[in-house]
Amino acid sequence: MMRPESEAELAACVAGATGPLAVVGGGTRGVSLSGEALCTAELSGVELYEPGALTLVVKAGTPVAEVEAVLAEQNQRLAFEPVDYRGIVGSEGVATIGGVVAGNISGPRRVQVGACRDFLLGVRFVDDNGAVLRNGGRVMKNVTGYDLVKLMAGSWGTLGVLSEVALKVLPQAETQATVKIHGLDTDKAVQVMSRALGSPFEVSGAGYDPETQEVILRLEGFEASVAYRAGRVREILRDFGEGVVMDAAQSAGVWEELRDVKAFHGCEGDVWRLSVKPSQAPELVTRLEADAFMLDWGGGLIWALVPTGTDLRARAGQFEGHATLVRASAATKARLGMFQMMSPALEAINAGLRARFDPKGIFNQGLMTPMMKPGHKE
Amino acid sequence: MDMPVPDATVLARKSQLVKRLQQVLPGDAIVSDEIETRAYECDALTAYKCPPMLAVLPSSTQEVSDILRICFEMGVPVVPRGSGTSLAGGALPTADCVILGVARMNRVLETDYDNRVIRVEAGRTNLSVSGAVAERDFFYAPDPSSQLACAIAGNIAMNSGGAHCLKYGVTTNNLLGVTLVLMDGTVTEIGGGYLDAGGLDLLGLICGSEGQLGVVTEASLRILPKPEGARPVLIGFDNNEVAGACVSDIIRAGVLPVAIEFMDRPCIEATEAFAKAGYPMCEALLIVEVEGSEAEIDAQLKVIKEIAGRHNPVELREAADEDEAARIWLGRKSAFGAMGQINDYMCLDGTIPITELPFVLRRISEMSQEFGLDVANVFHAGDGNMHPLILFDANKPGDLEICEAFGAEILKLCVEVGGCLTGEHGVGVEKRDLMVFQYSEADLEVQMGIKDVFDPGWLLNPAKVFPLAATEGRRSS
Repeated sequence: MMRPESEAELAACVAGATGPLAVVGGGTRGVSLSGEALCTAELSGVELYEPGALTLVVKAGTPVAEVEAVLAEQNQRLAFEPVDYRGIVGSEGVATIGGVVAGNISGPRRVQVGACRDFLLGVRFVDDNGAVLRNGGRVMKNVTGYDLVKLMAGSWGTLGVLSEVALKVLPQAETQATVKIHGLDTDKAVQVMSRALGSPFEVSGAGYDPETQEVILRLEGFEASVAYRAGRVREILRDFGEGVVMDAAQSAGVWEELRDVKAFHGCEGDVWRLSVKPSQAPELVTRLEADAFMLDWGGGLIWALVPTGTDLRARAGQFEGHATLVRASAATKARLGMFQMMSPALEAINAGLRARFDPKGIFNQGLMTPMMKPGHKE
Repeated sequence: MDMPVPDATVLARKSQLVKRLQQVLPGDAIVSDEIETRAYECDALTAYKCPPMLAVLPSSTQEVSDILRICFEMGVPVVPRGSGTSLAGGALPTADCVILGVARMNRVLETDYDNRVIRVEAGRTNLSVSGAVAERDFFYAPDPSSQLACAIAGNIAMNSGGAHCLKYGVTTNNLLGVTLVLMDGTVTEIGGGYLDAGGLDLLGLICGSEGQLGVVTEASLRILPKPEGARPVLIGFDNNEVAGACVSDIIRAGVLPVAIEFMDRPCIEATEAFAKAGYPMCEALLIVEVEGSEAEIDAQLKVIKEIAGRHNPVELREAADEDEAARIWLGRKSAFGAMGQINDYMCLDGTIPITELPFVLRRISEMSQEFGLDVANVFHAGDGNMHPLILFDANKPGDLEICEAFGAEILKLCVEVGGCLTGEHGVGVEKRDLMVFQYSEADLEVQMGIKDVFDPGWLLNPAKVFPLAATEGRRSS
């Protein structure tokens, strides 16, 4: 495994590559690839942190935990709440900020504040020839040229190797509370979440567990404001049931559980993640016939547990959104691909961009190539 | 500023092109008369004008597709146009181009409160998107100053921002899906009523690509419930640097206002003479707005007023009612109009790290002396998005050139301190040739390579965004 310790060394590794590379940060996301491993974990450390400007520039291999600790000292945080995949996929290691960006990994607060990509201000990355490229910067508003910052987020290392990322950070909330409503079926649960998210009370998380039949709705901010909004949210949902308010500690606990999908840790079966139109979630989960599921993002995100080797996309059929295979054996992932097939026109653009960025095909071969098509040669 | 020499072979095919377009468009959708095409000779960057060969006004995605396919087959450049409010010349025609105006495509296609998304045709104006959901107390967050006139198509092309993006983000953060027509006429759907479209983030790439990758005909936009209330405070300082420090302290304190606007003395004086909002005459003025219930607003403003108090403001005025709130915003909202009364002006929008604010303001004032042109500063301070307005006289020979040279120096300064050339207006033709100060040749090459994928013939808005010399080989191939 190559472990460059500087951007220049990283560039040299790529420039000198003779075959496919498997780009890896902390290796916690359950992606297994062929090719020589190129690990960015040694590219670590904060380059610049200006709490008064809400900006952080950090090397790509910096552990997420370290980033969060640095921010916490100044009462700030990564607002998009990155998910820890280790429990879900059964991986070990230390998640890196570059990996979070590469996967555009966002947690429950995504529904309110946006995804990882919405907080990404700038990137530095190494291209297929080993040249270091830049896009964006460290300021919050920037429309200078094409937005490759967004393109790099969620590209899973297929377009280049991230060496440094600039992020917008936000103040931590003074406190939080969660309103819990019991006794809801999926239909009602999505209605509850939609009504709460459609209210002016700034709900920063909306999830549902069909096992317990409970919807949880998170409120964050200054103490008095949280108390007020928790009261108002209970009021507007009264016809669905009596909301119980959980205090800050309990609230933090339940959101960590949902964020990291703890219900699916250590059990049998594959895990899929579907981004959907919230109102379509109830019907869709019926079609999925999953062994278990959880809803986040007000119903816009479905976590589904299915028997090993199941192609959930076949069960889902046509729907507005897309599915990603998160946990499965390497063989299943190789057979099914991790991502959803798109329209032929979009497939062509995706393939065209990839060929343009990586004409030699050295970055993360096989990844982000959707479901195998008939006649596709592996 | 140079534009490419019109292609004589394209110009020679005008009548043939019109004939083909007549087969797919109603007669009133084709503007070919030389007097009528002048209506499209410029956008809000009025210093540059050039009537297009033709303008077309499609009413549907199918018509847009037909137009693009025909232009593609005939090798005719196409310049997409929303409402023509670009300050950067994003919709400036060339003499051999077809202006594709989407203004007729302005319908609301679907309003979906449960999923908090609205689907509109891209010619719809920004403000009328909010208008369409106001009955249920929702709104569309990005609010560029031109929101009464500007189209969603242009907002997407430029990734427009506004005064309230400190809290709500810019267009790209509020865009869920688009119908995109490629130059060869292919119609594609990206994203929709769900979060985070699959595959590579093409939505993020399209947004801010200045109409160079495809023509957006429909958009799914995130709509948000209106806050219970909002209230601004006005804080005056006798020193720019202190005002800058106050902004930074407010942000650090954990309060996140929806807007923090900054005006300097020249701007305050001009707007006061024009709008009579009752602003104090001081060196720097902040307008800070917070949202929530009455009690929440009180609590947030208490924190903000305490912080401001530590910086010895010369004035601290809280709006007691809606009327006073409107007066506080009145001056800010009329700033551009006020400057226009006094003079011709050029509005820049470079962004800087807010910690560099005092230094940059000082340098701009020094440069103002050097170039002999006055500058007024009004900007979104919370996110460092400057708006220096350089005053010049368009009727005085050479003044525009001095103004442009001065503007270029300001933008280079923004880049030098760690910022960028444009925060929300876009590059267009205005900042095209300054791109080399922000990006290396290789950085620009990878961006141009993206256009190669979407539009290999470089027919869509070809003379924008990148330095003209850098794109010549691609445009003429």
